[in-house]
Parts: sequence; structure tokens; C-alpha cells
Amino acid sequence: MLQTLAQKIVARAAGRAAVTPGEIVTCRVDLAMFHDSSGPRRLQPMLERLGATVWDPARIVLVTDHYLPAEDEESRNIVRLTRDWAKSAGIRNFHDSIGICHVVLAEKGHLQPGLFAVGGDSHSPTGGAFGAYMFGVGATEMLGVVVTGEIWLRVPDTILIEWDGRFGDGVSAKDVMLFLCTRFGLDGGRYQAVEYAGSAIRALPMQERMTLANMTAELGGQTGLIAPDDTTRAFLEQAGVHEVDCRPWHGDAGAPLLEHHVFDAATLGPQVAAPHSPANARPVAEFDNVRIDVAYIGACTGAKLEDLRMAARVLDGRRAAPGVELLVAPASRQDQEQAHAEGVLGVLEAAGAQFLANACGVCAGYGRRFDADQTVISSTARNFKGRMGAPSTEVFLGSPYTVAASAVAGRIADPRGLLQ
Amino acid sequence: MSGRAWVFGDDVDTDAIAPGAWMKGSIEALAAHCLEIHAPDFARTVKPGDVLIAGRNFGAGSSREQAPQALKHLGIAAVIAESFAGLFYRNAINLGLPVLVCAQARRIDAGARVRVNAEGGSVHDESSGKRFECEPIPPHLMCIIEDGGLLNHLERRLAREAAANEHKESP
Repeated sequence: MLQTLAQKIVARAAGRAAVTPGEIVTCRVDLAMFHDSSGPRRLQPMLERLGATVWDPARIVLVTDHYLPAEDEESRNIVRLTRDWAKSAGIRNFHDSIGICHVVLAEKGHLQPGLFAVGGDSHSPTGGAFGAYMFGVGATEMLGVVVTGEIWLRVPDTILIEWDGRFGDGVSAKDVMLFLCTRFGLDGGRYQAVEYAGSAIRALPMQERMTLANMTAELGGQTGLIAPDDTTRAFLEQAGVHEVDCRPWHGDAGAPLLEHHVFDAATLGPQVAAPHSPANARPVAEFDNVRIDVAYIGACTGAKLEDLRMAARVLDGRRAAPGVELLVAPASRQDQEQAHAEGVLGVLEAAGAQFLANACGVCAGYGRRFDADQTVISSTARNFKGRMGAPSTEVFLGSPYTVAASAVAGRIADPRGLLQ
Repeated sequence: MSGRAWVFGDDVDTDAIAPGAWMKGSIEALAAHCLEIHAPDFARTVKPGDVLIAGRNFGAGSSREQAPQALKHLGIAAVIAESFAGLFYRNAINLGLPVLVCAQARRIDAGARVRVNAEGGSVHDESSGKRFECEPIPPHLMCIIEDGGLLNHLERRLAREAAANEHKESP
């Protein structure tokens, strides 16, 4: 039976030779990730009520990222509870204050081809960049996983999205996803598996692939997959994971698909999504009269090392326009250190950037928020009304290139003339 | 029991249902701001048994189960929508909040009296006299709703397993 990549991973996790889209299966979970917001503070009271313990502490990864920096008593209590629980539950994979969960998971080598994983965060499809079937679940569903090691799944259909050719300089994974969200809608993924393929996708570095897989959440897919290859293997080698076997983890040619779309990468230009939806994107040129107060480079989907490098290519030798706040929240400490070593951080600093913690920051809207009536361009994933500020805060989304170019211009700007 | 219909549009997101600024506090504090950016009086005037009607992709966005939890806390009896975001749908079932997919959901007017039959998969608009069929909740999920959510469901499963083990061990 011809099977897609998604079916192959689900079949393995369900202990079956093959599975058919639409059937309900029970899967064994290889990895369960949660953070300070979705994790212990919700799980602990329920575990106590059940009198149950964690099925396998070695398969759990816990990260603090949502309530950092903990600037009030409630946030401090949540972070303290998270640390205490990690100790009492014997969680060795506890990554405390070193970055955003999806990015840390990758750099610590937890994400590997063929893995079946769940995350207590909607951007968990990020794991699909490594050829892992990973999806977000809520805290009670995570409780079920933590107690039993299992979860039910409707075997997904696959939507295959191919990008052939090459993306132009100054065009990034963020532009691809804003384009796809607008083209297909926030429910375009139909809660199925979305697989990204084609020569333009294969040419992307891992962190760009992570942005694609991550924003499958905005596209409404359950997971977003990219078949692993030499790029995947090389990234994992650096993360200390050796002898990764990518060969089993690709879809069979001719496996039935729910939808198949093919795009020419060369035709895509920078995209900007207007308030209040990632599905409101149009070419950047249509926004060139929009003045901005803040340029924000942050989040798992917009401030990884690759994202910081993109911003630096625009900002080298330039400064943010007077009156524009340029805020940068590097997605992880490791990415920040590497950016520093490469001189990328220095370029951003010289451009007038203020640096924020390696955490979810304003993107989650749980701590610092933008002011009412401010106009913001942001490299993050979501600009829902009121998410990052007041209902009157206007948040536009764009790539790190576009955010950087807009910071320089003081209004939304096309980065392609500024690349160095 | 019938309730009043509250009607919302497409792509109602979890930031609107469970605003981030209130996520660190209690469910009471969070629920007081539920859907306020779309309907400022919602949390203040909603009554137990009221029903939410929505368009496509209700619950888009976050995995935060405080979204269905806030609706349940306010006494919402069910959400009837043209479609749901998958994560929200799973969370709602896990918390015991009935969620029904109904292609004709938007034919129900705001303020109408509606009666929902979750098991049977239908919604009766008492104001217009019309009855709309919904897609049935799959059996493996209906039993979670019947147990009052996944936590209760797990409690029963663990108790059954413990009883079975005891039975095996006794001579």
C-alpha cells in the first residue's frame, strides 16, 4: 500500500504496517513537550487527583519560556512551580530560561525523523521540519499522554504543497506561510497533515524549514512535515545526534493525497499580513504608506539565528528611523551567542536594537504588551486582535528582512533594495 | 433546557476567547474577559444554558484549553459552528463541552431560543421552529463527554485497570 510520510510515522507509532486516512488509531508517544504555561501548573493538580505518576520521565521535555522574564508575583509563582515539579517528577530534560520551547527542542537534538510527538503548544508542528509527526494538544489531553503514554489520532490525509525553483533573495519562509495562509485560509490545512516539498524547500536551511512547519498552526493543519535529508542530518550532527537514518521517512510516490498544490518559488515576493490575521497578506508594496512605531523581531517563528542573520543583512551600516523602537528577542540563548560570535548581534545593536529575553515575549501576550494605538511590524506568527497589545494596537506581520527594512524606513518597506 | 443563541463569525481565535493578559490568573478572572473584544457584555450577561453559534474555524490559534474552559465556566451548554479548529475541538471534548459541526449554523439568529441535542446531533431553533442536523460526535469522543471530560474518563479507566489487576492477583 502506497503511504504518505504522515501515514508511515503514524503507522509506526500505532504498531501497524500501514494505516488508512480517516481511521481512528491509538499511538504510542515517543516525546511529550510542555512549558511553564501549559505544563506543570495545569498537570500537577490533575495528577494528584488521579494519584497517578508520569509514565516515562525520560520521554518528557519541559521548557520555561512563556512567563519569562517573570516580572510579577503570579508569573514568578508559575515559574517556581514548574521548577519544583521538574525536580519532583524526575524530568532530566528540563530546559530552564534558555529559549523558546520549539527552538530549544531542536537545538538539543530532541526532534528526529520518524518520531511521533506531542507538544503542549499550538506551534508544536515545528517538529515536522525534522520529519517528526508532532502536533499541539491542550493540558488535559497532555495529562492523558503523561499518564498512559498514548493518544488517539484520526489518521490524517495529506495536503502536499510543492515549491519548485528558487526563492528570490530577500524572500523567506515567513513570506511563504503568510502567502499560503492568505491563499488557503486559517483553516486551509483542514486539520490534516501538510507536507512541504519541492526543490525550493529542499534548499532551505533547517531553521527556515522550522518556520514553515511551525506556521502550519496558522494554516490550520494538524502537523506540517518536511521529509528529512542531508540538511536534517547535518543539523542533528551539530546537535550531537549521530547516525540518523532518514531513508524510511519519505512519502511514496503515488500515495493518495487530499490536495496537491505546486507553486513557482521565483514568483513569490515579500508578503505583509495586515491586522488582524495572518491570512490578510498582500505584497509588501501595497503597504508602503504605513508608518510604524515599533519593529519587533521575536518568537520561535521570527528570531532564530537564521532570522537574526536576515535582519542583519538589511541593518548592516544602517539605523532604525528616529522614533521607531527596534526590539529584538533572540529565540534562544544558543542562537543569541552564535549571532554574537558572527557579528550579527553587533550589527543589530549598532542599528539601535534593544534586546529582550530569550523567551516568547510579546508574541504570547502574557507579559509585556504593545501600547494602545501603536502600529507594529512583527516577525511573529499571529496578529489576532488584542493578542500582543490593546484592541487598537495594529500589528502587521512580515519576514525578518521586511521588519528590518521597515525599521530603517519608519514605514513598511520592501527589503530587496537594502540587502547586503 | 433551552438557551439563548450568541452568534459570532468566522475564525474566532483563542486570544479572543481566553485573552493572554489574563492567562496567568484564575479561570474566574479569565472568563470575565471571554470574547470581550467581539461582545463587550458577553461575560456579564451570558446565562447558564446559553449556546454559542459560529461560522468557520471556531477556536483558531492556541492550544490553551482555558478557551473551552472559560466558555464552560460561563455556563455555555454547547458550541455550534460550521467548523472548528482541530485543537479547540479536541480540547472542548476533553473538558466535556459539547461541540457540534452544523453546516447551517449561521441560519440561527442572535438571541434565538435554541435547544441542543448533543447525543442525537441536532439543534432546534425554538424561535423559528426550524431544526438543524449536526454531524454526530464520533463514539470514541461521545464517551468522553458522557464521562464529563477526559479527566473523569481517565479516572474511570485507571479504576477499572486497578480492579482488573486486583482480580488477577487474588487467588
